[in-house]
Parts: sequence; C-alpha cells; structure tokens
Amino acid sequence: MASRHSNMTFMGYRRDNGRVGVRNHVIILPVDDISNAACEAVANNIKGTLALPHAYGRLQFGEDLDLHFRTMIGTGANPNVAAVVVIGIEPGWTKRIVDGIAETGKPVAGFSIEQNGDLKTIMDASRKAKEFVHYATELQREECSISELWVSTKCGESDTTTGLGSCPTVGNMYEKLLPEGIYGCFGETSEITGAEHICKARAINEEVGERWYRMWKAYQDDVIEQFKTDDLSESQPTKGNIEGGLTTIEEKALGNLEKIGRTSKYIDILEPAEKPQSGKGLYFMDTSSAAAECVTLMAAGGYVVHTFPTGQGNVIGNPIVPVIKITANPRTVRTMGEHIDVDVSGILRREMTIDDAGDALIDMIVRTSNGRNTAAEALGHREFVMTKLYRSA
Amino acid sequence: MEAPHLLVHEHADNVGVVVVEGLRAGTRMLCCITADNSTFELQALADVPIGHKIALKNLKAGDTAIKYGEDIGKFVADVDEGGHVHVHNLKTKRW
Repeated sequence: MASRHSNMTFMGYRRDNGRVGVRNHVIILPVDDISNAACEAVANNIKGTLALPHAYGRLQFGEDLDLHFRTMIGTGANPNVAAVVVIGIEPGWTKRIVDGIAETGKPVAGFSIEQNGDLKTIMDASRKAKEFVHYATELQREECSISELWVSTKCGESDTTTGLGSCPTVGNMYEKLLPEGIYGCFGETSEITGAEHICKARAINEEVGERWYRMWKAYQDDVIEQFKTDDLSESQPTKGNIEGGLTTIEEKALGNLEKIGRTSKYIDILEPAEKPQSGKGLYFMDTSSAAAECVTLMAAGGYVVHTFPTGQGNVIGNPIVPVIKITANPRTVRTMGEHIDVDVSGILRREMTIDDAGDALIDMIVRTSNGRNTAAEALGHREFVMTKLYRSA
Repeated sequence: MEAPHLLVHEHADNVGVVVVEGLRAGTRMLCCITADNSTFELQALADVPIGHKIALKNLKAGDTAIKYGEDIGKFVADVDEGGHVHVHNLKTKRW
C-alpha cells in the first residue's frame, strides 16, 4: 500500500551515473596538506568554487592510505559535487584520485605542483575551474522521487533531551522513508558502547549482527583498551554531554541508538568512507563519534543529506553535504536558535508527538534537498576532517 | 496535558530527566512516562538543571541505574527519592 510519503518528490541534480545530488558544488580538492595553498588560491580566483583544505596525505601507508584515497575519491564522487579540480604535490597520487572520481562520469581534472611551482599550477587549475563553473551553473534541477535520497545521521553534543526528542525524531523519519527505498546510514562505533546488545540485534540477520559485533569489539580491544588512561569520562561522554546531564556512556549510547527508531534494521556494515554495495536500506558505517570526522566519512560514502540531532548545540557543518540540525532542548533553541533547523522541543512539553516531529524533519529534508540552505550552510560551517588510523611513516 | 517537569522513558526506570529550566528544590514535579504518557508526582530535593536526572526512589551505592529500561551504570553513593543523579553518584560499569 502506498504511504503518504510514496509520492513525495524534490528537485535535484541528476548525475551521469544516475545518482541524484541536492547541491551543485565545484570543488578544488587537495591530494595532500602541502597543496592546500594552491587549492585555496584557485578557489579565491574563481567564484563559485570551494576549496577543501585538510591536514593529511603524505607518507601514509596500508589501511590508513586506503582510507585517505577512499575519502578523497568518495568526496569528489559525491552527487552533490558537479565537477572537481584535484591538485597534488606530484602527479602519481593526483592521477589515482582523478581516475577514481572520473568513474562517475563527471568532469574532473588533475594538476601537480612539482616542476611547475604553485603559480603556474594555480593559473592552469584556475582556467579549468572556470570552465567547470560554466558547466555546473548551466545544469538544471529536475524532479526526483524521495526514494532517490541518501540520508545519513549522526548526533553531537548530545544530552538527555536527544534521547527523548531529537534522536527519536530521526528514528521516526527512517521508519517512514526507508520503506520508500532511501539509503540510510548511522555509525559512531565507540558511542554504541552500552547498547551493543541492542544494536547487534537490530541487524537484518545473525551473520550481519555478528560482523557488526566483531567490528565494535575490535575498536574496544585495539584502541580503547590499548590507549585509555581512565574511564574516558570527559571524552565519552564529553564535557558538553555531562553539562547537559548525560552521566555514563551507556546512557549516551541508548539515546544515540534512538536514531534508528524502533523497527528499522541495518542490512550491511561499511568501512569508513565505503560506498554501500548491498542496495537500498540502512547501513552502519564504522566511524569515530567526532562530528566532523563522521560526517566527512558518510559524505565520502555517497550520502547527500545529513540529519544531525543535538542537545547542547553542536554547530558542525560540511562543505558538500547540508547538515540539518534538530534539537529538543528548549534552552538550546533559546540561546543558539540560529544553529537549529528543526525545533522539536514541543516533544518535551508533550505538545508534539514523535510522529509529528518525524513529519517536520521529512518536510525539512525535502525543503533542504530543493535548495534551502541549512543553518550550518548559512553560517559558513564547512568542517572537512579526514580520519587518520595511525601515525604516518 | 500540562507541560511536565520530568520525563521518564520506561516504567522500569529508576531515574527521570528534568525538562524545564530553573527547577527549584521543593517543587512538586509533574512527571510523565513517555512510553504511555502516564503521569505521577514527585518532590524535587535539589535545584536541578534542565537535562539532569532525578532519582525516582531511594537508591543505595551499588544499585544499578535503569533508564530506557536498561542498565546505564552503578550508583557510587546513596541518593534519596527526588535527589540529583549525576557524575557525583553514578558511574559507568565500562572502561
């Protein structure tokens, strides 16, 4: 039976590979930290482009290097990006990223600095970036089915109101839109601690649940047990979480998991920044619980809209993916309302049901997908943060 | 329903969350269990900030705190019904 969400549409950008974007960025992507300056210069020269400076890309190896390439290529490949200029210090790794992005069919060009210098590189790359801006600005939005959206979630600066209001709001949205055929994604591996028995049971089958549990346990054993010096108080939960009333990781985890609602099941586990391969449905991505790292990884996985419940008021945004902020905390609405896209504080006053709040979030997802700038976009939040697995060589 | 002072997730829980700003000691709180919107009253023993927890009954050091119907840690100090529950009397069982 068709639900009231079945016929919903939005105006998006259909890319050559069939995926649909909700933004139309031309990005200038540095392969490595030392190419940031050239990328920022190009973005300064050519209006309508966006440089994505970051801190890494040199002397990484093994799984950490694989993650670097996956994040770079995934970011360029994201359907919210119309075209990409890639700049690296040398041509080899630059080409590897260009070739990865080119598989989507979108315009992409690489430039390298050695034997050219910054100035010639900036001139050549600026000419190409200008061409790409002309290309991108002629693309038109077209009507797309809600089922073509890829919507990720991660919460931040959580407090007890997130578990009561904003996280169940996201859970309700997923319960309504996953059956319509969207791709969903949640993660935050360390932050499931205390609710791991529940999360394991929310897998589509026992095999996926076991794989999820092994991934969660590996982080506990290999990272937390190896490096912890105390009970992680002030990191997990954070100082902000504690100020907001959260006392233990178990309490935080149970609130966090409300984001997948009461009935949704995840169908597969993703490596950080990995593209989903098992069809429509909900995925768990192995990520940090740090907001900018997590959203950057999910964007690299191909998600085009991010839903972000907050309690105390995390202000994060992302350069290529609109981050929709939802809060149920009336103090946060009062003191930092400019950061909030969806106010669900009525849930705490029992004026608003979770079902109403889920509908309000779906409405904001559609409006955002149509082009409405989020609070984070309007305020210029473009946090792009690479995840690093271990020290470089 | 009148706006509640305290929300409790499940009937099995022994702590609830303050959802109003400026709650003062002595307030006779309207408490709501979100699972079924049933209500009860409880007196707050302390000024407790919004988002922080209050004990729904007398609890002893060593008892398990229950929220969402689940174990969220162990009490490390006694707390009376209506008292403030936070890092001074509740700790994780992990890490």
